[in-house]
Amino acid sequence: MAKVLCVTSGKGGVGKTTTTAALGAALAQAGEKVCVVDFDVGLRNLDLIMGAERRVVYDLINVTNGDAKLPQALIRDKRLENLSLLPASQTRDKDALTDEGVERVMGELREKFDWIVCDSPAGIERGAQLAMRHADVAVVVTNPEVSSVRDSDRIIGLLDSKTVRAEKGDHIEKHLILTRFDPARADRGDMLKVDDVLEILSIPLLAIIPESLEVLRASNVGCPVTLNNPLCAPSRAYIDAVRRLKGETVPMAIPSDRKSLINKLFTRRAA
Amino acid sequence: MSVLTFLKPRGSSSVARERLQLILAHERAENGRPDLIITLREEILNVIAKHVTVERDKVQIKLERGAGVSTLGVDIEFPVDTALKAKPKRATA
Repeated sequence: MAKVLCVTSGKGGVGKTTTTAALGAALAQAGEKVCVVDFDVGLRNLDLIMGAERRVVYDLINVTNGDAKLPQALIRDKRLENLSLLPASQTRDKDALTDEGVERVMGELREKFDWIVCDSPAGIERGAQLAMRHADVAVVVTNPEVSSVRDSDRIIGLLDSKTVRAEKGDHIEKHLILTRFDPARADRGDMLKVDDVLEILSIPLLAIIPESLEVLRASNVGCPVTLNNPLCAPSRAYIDAVRRLKGETVPMAIPSDRKSLINKLFTRRAA
Repeated sequence: MSVLTFLKPRGSSSVARERLQLILAHERAENGRPDLIITLREEILNVIAKHVTVERDKVQIKLERGAGVSTLGVDIEFPVDTALKAKPKRATA
């Protein structure tokens, strides 16, 4: 049974595209057939983060409008054969997406893949609502910062009212991924704590992604962080998130790249 | 240690948490009836307009969202001659 997962947040710049690419790649590495879908029509970026920007021919709108068949628009990842990308259109605007077109394409994707990971545009308008419309699972990406938390609260409200599942009275699984978290600043009282955000949003925690240079490094080279450096702190957090999504019980941790003093000395001597 | 903790200034994150808790409680309550303030304003103005002439740009609406209660202040200014029919110079609803 295929699962449609929507990565959403309300606020822009919190890490939706990074998270979509990281979860998609980690799911594929765990043996699942995965398609990541960019719903950010007009401002596509998932192709760039996945390193497939030079291979885009057709896009989501071509497929929803019937100008191209789904298999023609899918871009197979060069590193993982069971990972595909359906890019967004860069030239059209979100009004070119029709409800019926999106419904048909999601149905076709469900037949081909185990997981369909949808990267939502920022905002709460039509584009964001279409991205979440057919979701079975939603991952709400939040930064430990007031405006991001407030926007996430709005998005949670929309997930509970505007999705097909909500309209049918079914349950929609919602998870929180807290990104750009800095444990030292939270300990000092200068950043919202994990428990503060959880108490306010009251949805279960899927992962805490620590602030890390590795995320920028991966986007520079066009590779999901979980493939670019699977051992770095953010990757370990995303890989744990995928294990939880697949039903495993994994203890929650905030991975760190900080080395102990002994470790540092040892690394220096070895190098 | 406890003295040090006591002297240390409180971090800004607790302020963030309290502000979020308050505003989200209000936003969740307002969800589904986003035009409540506008409806209240219109209905209050209509009641006042039955008795005195009210100029729309002489109306001030203030809303203060508090922890337990919110206060809605409607300040309506109207000319003295129309006010002669009604006694108070300014009505506050």
